[in-house]
Amino acid sequence: MNAVTKVTPQRDIGLQEAIEFIWTEADLLDAQDYDAWLALWTKDGHYIIPIERAAVDHAAHLNIVYDDQAMRAARVKRLASGLSMSASPSARTVRTVSRFRRLESADGTASIRCAQHLVEYKYDRTRTLAADVTYRLLRTSDGLALDQKIVCLINSDEALHGIGYLL
Amino acid sequence: MSDDYQHLVREDRVHTSLYVDPKIFEAEMTQIFSNTWVWVAHASEIPDAGSFKMSHVGLQPVIVTRGNDGRVHVLLNRCRHRAGSVCEERRGKASVFVCRYHGWSYDITGKLRGVPHGAGYDESFDKNDYPLVSLRVEEYAGLIFATFRNDIQPLDEYLGRAKPWIDLFMKQGAGFGVKVAGTQRFRFRGNWKIQLENTTDAYHFPIVHRSFLTSLDDETEDQFDILRQGGWVEELGNGHSVMVMMPNLVDLEANLDAPIPERFAPLADELAKEHPPEAVRRIVRAVGGTGFNINLFPNVACSMAFFRVLRPVSVDETEISHIAIAMDGGPEAANRARLRLHEHFQGPMGFGSPDDAEGWERVQRGAAAGPDLWIMLNRGKPRDVSAETGMRAAYQMWKRMMAP
Repeated sequence: MNAVTKVTPQRDIGLQEAIEFIWTEADLLDAQDYDAWLALWTKDGHYIIPIERAAVDHAAHLNIVYDDQAMRAARVKRLASGLSMSASPSARTVRTVSRFRRLESADGTASIRCAQHLVEYKYDRTRTLAADVTYRLLRTSDGLALDQKIVCLINSDEALHGIGYLL
Repeated sequence: MSDDYQHLVREDRVHTSLYVDPKIFEAEMTQIFSNTWVWVAHASEIPDAGSFKMSHVGLQPVIVTRGNDGRVHVLLNRCRHRAGSVCEERRGKASVFVCRYHGWSYDITGKLRGVPHGAGYDESFDKNDYPLVSLRVEEYAGLIFATFRNDIQPLDEYLGRAKPWIDLFMKQGAGFGVKVAGTQRFRFRGNWKIQLENTTDAYHFPIVHRSFLTSLDDETEDQFDILRQGGWVEELGNGHSVMVMMPNLVDLEANLDAPIPERFAPLADELAKEHPPEAVRRIVRAVGGTGFNINLFPNVACSMAFFRVLRPVSVDETEISHIAIAMDGGPEAANRARLRLHEHFQGPMGFGSPDDAEGWERVQRGAAAGPDLWIMLNRGKPRDVSAETGMRAAYQMWKRMMAP
């Protein structure tokens, strides 16, 4: 379902178009509509939450999350299974994504960096997770697709907590 | 005082106050964490002269350093002048630690080297009187421990019967040696002993980690059906214990002719391009890690394929480090496979740890009720991997240290 048919040359991805895509993604994640989220991805896309903020070759480092397509699907299955006590119920989340900047855009791909503020609530506790998020988007025959998402938490190398949802 | 603690630990149960009483926590920091060998680092984290990492002994921040002669030093991270921290970098390399408040500087062994505007002190002032406070340090198989006590038994003796198990654990270096490959950290709102128990708790595994188990292929899921593998728990003295979950993965170098599990077939194929078949089997076996957890009292475990370190923060808060390990200089493909396996279960967004953390927090929340009730540790058929033998061993050590 994620087959990408890339036709060149492609129309550049505009900033506004990218923002709308990213906002939709944020809304899907807060709503925990994970199947719809999975469908946003390209087949070869990676969802990465690094520990080392300066890492370039994430595959060579230990990460918080380093998901290819199979791991993303397994992760979603787990979160939705009802068998995981950190995810059923998970914390509630509300996230805001802003400070968008297009780093690169050519030939139907774009790299967008933005800021994400996420507030989670569970039991009697409300917590914040802030991150720089870098998206690589790809234009496909079905619209934009998510080819890479790197969520770089400001405290990625500090002690976090059990997170039962997606960033 | 010690009589008070004596009656809180029985053979098969411990009192709820062990999780919730701040006074007990305070006493533990002195009577346990300042009184025995506490794990602070793995040798590979400070590989060179001048390498350092920040760590803790109980509540006290320390710096673990390697001197020019290769010797390891564990130093309190506190300037001898007016207490400023002298290091705020998690790890790195340095020749000097400087207190940024008034500029006192110390070398990598803790010796005070520089005092700005020294003329302001009278002639009785001697820099030799003010080194960073240095702890006693000993090492076994790359595991570095420190203690405030100069008069307790050597580390070797303290680890005792755990040592052969540590040797078996280190076989996952596959002849290359074991190297730290990254650390995941998270905290949970609960007492440190809840985590200490968990490393020797097979009982929770199929319940808490059901969603992890369903993410595995059938062969691996069978392997992780740990209550049905014929495993056991063994007390090893001084509060240490081992829980063998997969008896066929005790000695990673035994039975190397066994078929390579399906999930490692692609890795084996890739390794076969550059390594002879025997080496491929040995490396692939090592990638999967061991089938046992060694719980070392009070703060570290060698857990299947990683080091688990706990750090008490307060009576109801604990920090956990999940330290991934790799083969030092081993094949990159194999080491990457190890990292991906670690990420699968461990850390703040692994398929296992968040459920553990949630479970531990629920223990702490539940322990607010029934202050007179007991925590039951009476599960214990011999040779049953889900027996609470390891927990009983840890609490007997707790009792020895808290109510001597």
